[in-house]
Amino acid sequence: MTQSVVVQVGQCGNQVGCRFWDLALREHAAVNKKGIYDEALSSFFRNVDTRSGGDGPDIYKGKICSLKARALLIDMEEGVVNEILQGPLRDVFDSKQLITDVSGSGNNWAVGHKLYGCQYGENIVEKLRKTAEHCDCLQCFFIIHSMGGGTGSGLGTFVLNLLEDEFPEVYRFVTSVYPSGEDDVITSPYNSVLAMKELNEHADCVLPIENESLFEIVNKIHQMVNSGKLGSTVKQNSMITSSTGSAKTAQEKPFDAMNNIVANLLLNLTSSARFEGSLNMDLNEISMNLVPFPRLHYLVSSLTPLYTLADVNVPSRRLDQMFSDAFSRDHQLIQADPKHNLYLACALLVRGNVQLSDLRRNIERLKPSLHFVSWNQEGWKTGLCSVPPVGHSHSLLALANNTCVKPTFIELKDRFMKLYKKKAHLHHYLHIDGMEQSCFSEAISSLSDLIEEYNELDATKGGPRTDPSRLKIAV
Amino acid sequence: MEPKVISQTLSTAARSGYWKYDGRSHFCQKQGSGNNWANGYSVHGPKHKEVIMDLVQREAEKCDRLGGFFTIMSMAGGTGSGLGAFVTQCLRDAFPSSFILNHVIWPYGTGEVIVQNYNSVLTLSHLYQSSDALLVHENDVIHKICAQLMNIKQISFRDVNQVIAHQLGSVFQPTYTAEGGLHYSRNPLGDLMEMLVPHPEFKMLGLRNIPQMPENFLAYSTFSWPGLIKHLRQMLIANAKMEEGIDWQVRPPCLGSSIPSSHSTNKPLHFNTSVANLVILRGKDMHSVDLGSFRDPSLYTSWLNPQDAFNAWKTPRSFNKYEKSAALVSNSQFLLKPLDSVVGKAWNMFASKAYIHQYTKFGIQEEDFLDSFTALEQVISSYSNL
Repeated sequence: MTQSVVVQVGQCGNQVGCRFWDLALREHAAVNKKGIYDEALSSFFRNVDTRSGGDGPDIYKGKICSLKARALLIDMEEGVVNEILQGPLRDVFDSKQLITDVSGSGNNWAVGHKLYGCQYGENIVEKLRKTAEHCDCLQCFFIIHSMGGGTGSGLGTFVLNLLEDEFPEVYRFVTSVYPSGEDDVITSPYNSVLAMKELNEHADCVLPIENESLFEIVNKIHQMVNSGKLGSTVKQNSMITSSTGSAKTAQEKPFDAMNNIVANLLLNLTSSARFEGSLNMDLNEISMNLVPFPRLHYLVSSLTPLYTLADVNVPSRRLDQMFSDAFSRDHQLIQADPKHNLYLACALLVRGNVQLSDLRRNIERLKPSLHFVSWNQEGWKTGLCSVPPVGHSHSLLALANNTCVKPTFIELKDRFMKLYKKKAHLHHYLHIDGMEQSCFSEAISSLSDLIEEYNELDATKGGPRTDPSRLKIAV
Repeated sequence: MEPKVISQTLSTAARSGYWKYDGRSHFCQKQGSGNNWANGYSVHGPKHKEVIMDLVQREAEKCDRLGGFFTIMSMAGGTGSGLGAFVTQCLRDAFPSSFILNHVIWPYGTGEVIVQNYNSVLTLSHLYQSSDALLVHENDVIHKICAQLMNIKQISFRDVNQVIAHQLGSVFQPTYTAEGGLHYSRNPLGDLMEMLVPHPEFKMLGLRNIPQMPENFLAYSTFSWPGLIKHLRQMLIANAKMEEGIDWQVRPPCLGSSIPSSHSTNKPLHFNTSVANLVILRGKDMHSVDLGSFRDPSLYTSWLNPQDAFNAWKTPRSFNKYEKSAALVSNSQFLLKPLDSVVGKAWNMFASKAYIHQYTKFGIQEEDFLDSFTALEQVISSYSNL
């Protein structure tokens, strides 16, 4: 079994990360009734004996002593991290896994990337190495951050570069929360575009998330619960949206429900690597199958069902509905419509009580309504994990490499250009050491190139399909 | 490269109570090849070559007369295909005079792995250089057999593997390879190659079995040898994958009418031309069976003497509860269509350069792909022109 390390950077990254560890613990608690430290647990947690004071050596077999998250928490303010350390999850994190400062990055990518990067770089590398040493086969790093601010965006992408230099063999999955159009951070377009260049060049896979979409999904669920239309069949406290009954005792925070969705995305993404199933999908298979060109590694994700129905024996029609929903616009975690755009590849990660034949039937059913690029008409990758999420009988995570991400990028570019044309706020960035105007022009041209790559693929859509002529053999 | 399956296999065998694997004769790592042929072939292969070949050497030294190697692998993923091709090459280098037969599982048309056509093209082209013959099982065909002949409703990989194992057993269980022979064949691998692979350009072997049905049907069924042979022969010439839905319209071409220059165009549509065939009969009265219909020269390519192109192995012992059963191993155009389809799809993808960077990352370059494509187009052309 391989291991993964989570690096959570900035306020958003740490809040999402906090939800992730809470849900991961609950998920393993539900599966692992005997309290034995098993292979599945080892992928995200160490088992250590803390009684002797300090941190003892790792224990590989037997009972769970004390679980420690394979994580690195980075923030340039203390607020969120301190809150985590005072909260119920405090024992999961080791003080040696934290890097904090007091002054924040002032919503400035350059402060996070250049200033703090320079200042904390060595410290970060050292802690990363330490964390990696505890793994006998480290396969993947998960960075969780937001794009709009200063720390997550700037320092987060700095860490991404460090990872590539220090651990070139280890996969880098980045979960990036993109700002909404009416974001209150005025410099968020700058920060996002500067960060995008780093993601383009250094990430293996990026899972873009838009706050707006999370917000809509949360609203939709609340509406359905409150309207009573679904009656008692909706479990109000299903794991996806609610933290009630979890380790958290304080009143629910507005962002908690939204962060839970992202945390669930990560849980489902890694479920097949952690638990058994009839069709395993390892993490390294995701980028291999879904990334046909190095820069086109943005995967649009959707989670279904968003709430689960109470009955356990799910009739086939509802199961099929889960598959249909995964392709509909309002289940995507960004503002995008994969159905009316071009698929380069698609993965379906199914958990729970679903058979191979269900999977094949639904692919056949949905295929005619989707457009796949001409050279990848059969671009489906599937995984079946037998362990469902807590409280659900089954679930589906769909990952689409689809040109529907393009509008998000175009909008970002437009908002960037609006500021950049007037050179607004540029001086805040340019007075940071190592930050030059060329950083901005390079970042925007990197984004434009990316959009152009999607354009070129979109142009092949709907046209007559001509197969390239095969090699001829002289007889 | 992943420990889960190996440990499961070891314990399943041990649980049978009849046999088990040598506790030391296995090798696995923590991390798989991630569906990447290049990772299996260029990274895992060289890295673990010594350990793997030591294990092979130790096993080989236990044999008093080593006939050869039978390598079982798939070609869609990264480890079976990439490492499998690498190990086959190592076997060829270390045992230049031993026979190597690669048993290759052909992936479903769509499904588990998006880059399966690339992996398949790389696997087949490399095996074609180092292996003596490729015995192919197509997942789609076995799946159909499970559904239509074995009457299985929810087909699992276990069912598929069961059918494949049965088919392999029907070939490699002991038989008398010579007419009226008194000894079981001492070297089935070598005999198989000798009979079926007369030319290094033609190494793709397909397998057909008759009858195949659920075990509880057997008690109510009787079979006659002439009936079985007639069906098996039509399965051969019409390229039917199983005993259901055979096209009975397909007839062998009239030999006299063919002019050498338009040889291939003169053939009836869908007729499956053979290089060589081997029929294995198991069950009572097998000595009385007339196999003349398989010796018909019109079934075969013109450059081989029909007497040499057809052979039969027999044993009076019934196999796996079938009172009478026949298996056909055929070096023919059986695999032309699936091969053409895999190469075509991979070529489409290659023309847009999609996924190539995933392979160059591990040292497989565009030229390597081109070499592989060229090699397989050559194979396709050779089989088409039979």
